[in-house]
Amino acid sequence: MKSVGIVVFPGSNCEFDVAAVLESNGVKTSFLWHGQSSLDDVSGVVLPGGFAHGDYLRPGAIARFSPVMAAVGEFAKRGGPILGICNGFQVLTEAGLLPGALQKNSGLRFLCKEVEVEVETSDSVATSTSNAGEILRLPINHFEGNYTCDIRTLADIEDNDQIVLRYLDNPNGSMNSIAGVCSEKRNVVGMMPHPERACDSLTGLTDGLKIIQSFIANI
Amino acid sequence: MEMPIHRTLGLTDSELEMITEVLGRSPNHLELAMYSVMWSEHCSYKSSRIHLGRLPSKGENVLVGPGENAGVIDIGDGIAVAIRMESHNHPSAIEPYQGAATGVGGILRDIFTMGARPIALLDSLRMGPIDDAKNRWIFTGVVSGISGYGNAVGVPTVGGETVFDKTFNSNPLVNVAAIGILPRDRLVLAKASGASNLAVLLGASTGRDGIGGVSVLASAGFDENSSTKRPSVQVGDPYEEKRLIEACLELLDLKLVVGIQDLGGAGITCATSETAANAGMGMDVFISEIPVREQNMEPFEVMTSESQERMLAIVTPDSLDQVLKVAKKWEVSASVIGKVTEPVKTDSGISVGMLCVFDRQGGRLLAEVPAGSLADEAPKYDRKREAPADLESRKSRVAGAGCDGSDLENDLMQMLFDPAWVYTQYDHQLFLNTVVKPGMDATLLRAAGPGVEFSGKAIAVSADGNSRWCAVNPRAGAAMVVAESALNVAMTGAKPACLVDCLNFGNPEHPEVMWQLSEAIDGIAEACLQLEIPVVGGNVSLYNEVNGVDIDPTPVVTTLGVIDQLRQQPRSIGFSENADLVLVGKTERNLAGSRWAYQLKGDIDGELPQLDLKLHMELVNLIIELSQRADEFAISAMHDVSDGGLGLALSEMALAGTLGADIDAGAIVDHFELFSESGSRVLVATNSAEEVVEYISCRGLPAAKIGRVTGTKICVPGLIEVEVEKLRAAYRPSFLK
Repeated sequence: MKSVGIVVFPGSNCEFDVAAVLESNGVKTSFLWHGQSSLDDVSGVVLPGGFAHGDYLRPGAIARFSPVMAAVGEFAKRGGPILGICNGFQVLTEAGLLPGALQKNSGLRFLCKEVEVEVETSDSVATSTSNAGEILRLPINHFEGNYTCDIRTLADIEDNDQIVLRYLDNPNGSMNSIAGVCSEKRNVVGMMPHPERACDSLTGLTDGLKIIQSFIANI
Repeated sequence: MEMPIHRTLGLTDSELEMITEVLGRSPNHLELAMYSVMWSEHCSYKSSRIHLGRLPSKGENVLVGPGENAGVIDIGDGIAVAIRMESHNHPSAIEPYQGAATGVGGILRDIFTMGARPIALLDSLRMGPIDDAKNRWIFTGVVSGISGYGNAVGVPTVGGETVFDKTFNSNPLVNVAAIGILPRDRLVLAKASGASNLAVLLGASTGRDGIGGVSVLASAGFDENSSTKRPSVQVGDPYEEKRLIEACLELLDLKLVVGIQDLGGAGITCATSETAANAGMGMDVFISEIPVREQNMEPFEVMTSESQERMLAIVTPDSLDQVLKVAKKWEVSASVIGKVTEPVKTDSGISVGMLCVFDRQGGRLLAEVPAGSLADEAPKYDRKREAPADLESRKSRVAGAGCDGSDLENDLMQMLFDPAWVYTQYDHQLFLNTVVKPGMDATLLRAAGPGVEFSGKAIAVSADGNSRWCAVNPRAGAAMVVAESALNVAMTGAKPACLVDCLNFGNPEHPEVMWQLSEAIDGIAEACLQLEIPVVGGNVSLYNEVNGVDIDPTPVVTTLGVIDQLRQQPRSIGFSENADLVLVGKTERNLAGSRWAYQLKGDIDGELPQLDLKLHMELVNLIIELSQRADEFAISAMHDVSDGGLGLALSEMALAGTLGADIDAGAIVDHFELFSESGSRVLVATNSAEEVVEYISCRGLPAAKIGRVTGTKICVPGLIEVEVEKLRAAYRPSFLK
C-alpha cells in the first residue's frame, strides 16, 4: 500500500490534521522526524503547517538545515510528489525546492480566514484532478504569506505555468496574487491555503478534498 | 526610615508573626521570600477563600473539581475534558504583548499537567475605550500577544469576548480559558509520592524574569509609577512551550511519571511545595542543579523566579533514563533538582513533610519549612464587607428616565464592534474541530484531538461577563451572567455541563469591593445550583484598581456544554432567508445596567430586570431542543438577546447574514424596550412561526411573532430605520485597519 510521509519538525502543528485527512481518504501515513536522514520508502511527502523550529530567524530558515531536508531534496530530484502547506511551503522555498519567498503580510497582521483561490493549472501533483479556472474556497492561516520573487523569476514562473493557485481577492499582498506554485518538474507544490482544513462539511468547507485527492492520485 | 524586608516583599507584620510561629524561629531571607510569594493574594486566595466554598462544585460528571490545576469532567465515550480559566490582568497592563502571551502559556501548562492535550483557548478581553491612545496600545498589544503565542504554540483560540468600557481604563482584564481533551484513564494529579523519587525540572532555564510577579505585581493596585514593575512581567517563548507540551504528553503516554506539576506563579517554590504537600511528603531541592540563564543568581531569585515554560515531573529512579531520552528527543532540557523525602515526626507526633533547600547535594541547608505551611496554610481573611452608601438611592431611581433618546440610530451605531478584527488574528481551526467559529453565541467544537478520536461528541464553549450589571447589583448581575452563558451554550444545541470563573474585582481592603465579591459569589452559586451547572475551577484577581479607584465588579465565566451526537452544523445567527421573526421570552421595560443607559448615557441608576431561574432552566432546555430540531421547525437563524438588547441583537443577526428585519408596529414601542437587557430571551427566524409559538407556549414560556426577516434595512416603526450596509460601515472599526 502506498504511503505518505509527513515531515515533523519541532514546532510543526498541522501534522495530526494532515494525517487524519489522508487516512480518511484511504492512505497510510507516517511521521518523518526532522532528525532522520532517510524517508523510509514513502511514495509521497507532505510538509505540514506550523512553526518549524519556532520560525526563529524567519520561517523555514532553520528547518532547511534539518537532516531530513537533504532526503526530501533527493526525493524531489527523483520526481517524487511533495506538497508543502503554509509553513511547509515556506520551508520548501528556503530549501530552494520552490522559487520565491514568503514575507510578512502587507497588513502586518496574522490572518486566519476563508479565501477564494482559482486553480491556475491542472498540471501539478496537487491540482491534476481539477480544471484550470476552477474556484476553490479554502482557509488561510499565516503571518508570512506574502509571496515575492525577483521580476525575472516572476516572468519565468508565469511563462512556465508554475502558478498553481491564485487569490481572487489578494489578502496578503502576494505578487500577482500568487497563493501556490510548483517546481519546473511539477512534482513539488507549495501553497499558503490549508486544504486539510476544508475536507469536512461538519466544519464547513470541502474544496480541500480536491487538492488532497489529486495529491493522492499522484503518489 | 527603611522599610522592614518582609513589607517590601508584600507580607504584613501579623503574617511575619504567623511564619515565626510555624517555624518556631525567625525566618531567614530566603524563607521569607518563599512565604511572600506563596502567601500572596494571587497564590493563596487569602481574601476570597472563605467565600469560594459557597460555589457548588459537585456533579455526577465531575472528575476533578476546584483546587487542582484544572477542572475535569467526564463527557462519556471514555473521553474527559479539562477546563481552566485564569486572569493575566496586571502583567497585560504593564507589558501588553508579553503579559497576554504568558497568560496563554501559563494556562496551557495547567491543562497538560492533568494529562490533557490542550485543544482550545478562549480570550475574554475588557479594555478602556479605544479612542484613547494608551488603551489602544494595550488592546492591540494584548491581541498580538495572544496571536503570537497561541498560534505558534499550536493551540487554536476559538472564542472569547471583546468589551470596551471606561471602567477598564489602564486596568484591562485579560481572562484566558483553556480546554483540553484526554482519554478518561490518562488523568494524572500533581503529587510527589514515593520517598527517594526524583524531582525533574523540564524546560526553560531559570532567569530573573518575573521575580515577585504574584506578590509585587498581581497583588497590588496601579499608580503612576507602575511601569517600574515591568521587570516583574515574565517573557514567553511559545516554541519552548510547544516542545514541552509534546514531551510531557509523551512522558504521560509512556507512564513514566508519578506526578507532574507546572511552574507558574511563585515558580519552583510553588511546584515543589504543592506536589510535596499533596502527597504528605517532603522534598529536598538543590539550587546548584537548577539550570540558570544568568550568573550569580541568589537562591531567593532561583526559588521565586516565574520564568516561563517549565514543568516539574516526579519520576522513579528506574525510569529516569527513559525520561531523559524523551526530553532529549524534544530538545527539552531536563535536570534532577531534588528528591522526595519521608515526612518527619514532630514532638507532638504529627508527620510533617519538610521542604528543604540546599545550595548543593550534601551542601549547606538554606531553608527548611513545612511544605504544607507554604501550600495550604496561608492566612484566610474575613475582610470587612459593606454595601456602597449610595446603593439604596440608586435603586430607587428609574434607569434611563432622564436620558436623551432622540437619536437611537446613532446610539445603536456606537454599540457595534466587529470581533472579526480580533479572531482573524488567531488560528481558530487547528485540529479540525471548529464547527461553529468565533463571533457567534458560543463556539462549537468536535470533542476530539490528537490521541482522541471523534466519537460524535461535541463541546460548546462561551465566555461571558458583564461589569455593568454587576455594578448595579453584583448578586443579581452575576446570576444573569451565568444565565446568559448557559443560554449561549444551549444556542448550539449543547447542554451546559460545567463552568469555570474568573472573579475580577478591585482592592479587597475596600469594604465595598469585598461586599461586591461576596455578593457576586452568591449570585453565581444561586444560578449554578438552579441551572445544575457545577463550578469546576476558577481564579480570583483582586487589586484591579488605578490610583485608588476600583474597577466595576466583573465576574467572568466560561460555560462548557456537551452534545452527545453531533450530526450537522447548528443554525447560524445570521438572517439568510425571508422568514417570520419570533421573540421567545418577555422584554421587561427596564434599562438598568444596560449598554444604552449605563455606558452611553452614564446613567448608573435602577435595579436590574428580574431573572426567574426556574423559567430560565426551562428556556435553556427548550432552546437545546429547537436547535437540534431546527429543520422540523423551519428555523433559519437563532440568537439570544443580551448586551444591547433587541436593538443590538437584530443588528448582529443582520450583519452576520444577508437580510434585514421589519418589526411589526407595536412590537417594540420605545427605546426602553429596544435596549432593555432583561434576560431569558431568544430571537428565532422561522417559516413555521405559528407552530413554533404554539409549541413554546405549551411549554409554559412566552413567545410571540414580532416581525419579518426581509429587505436590506433594520426597521423598528417610530424608532429606527437604517440600512444594514450603513451599520456594517460602523461595525468595522476604522482606526484598526
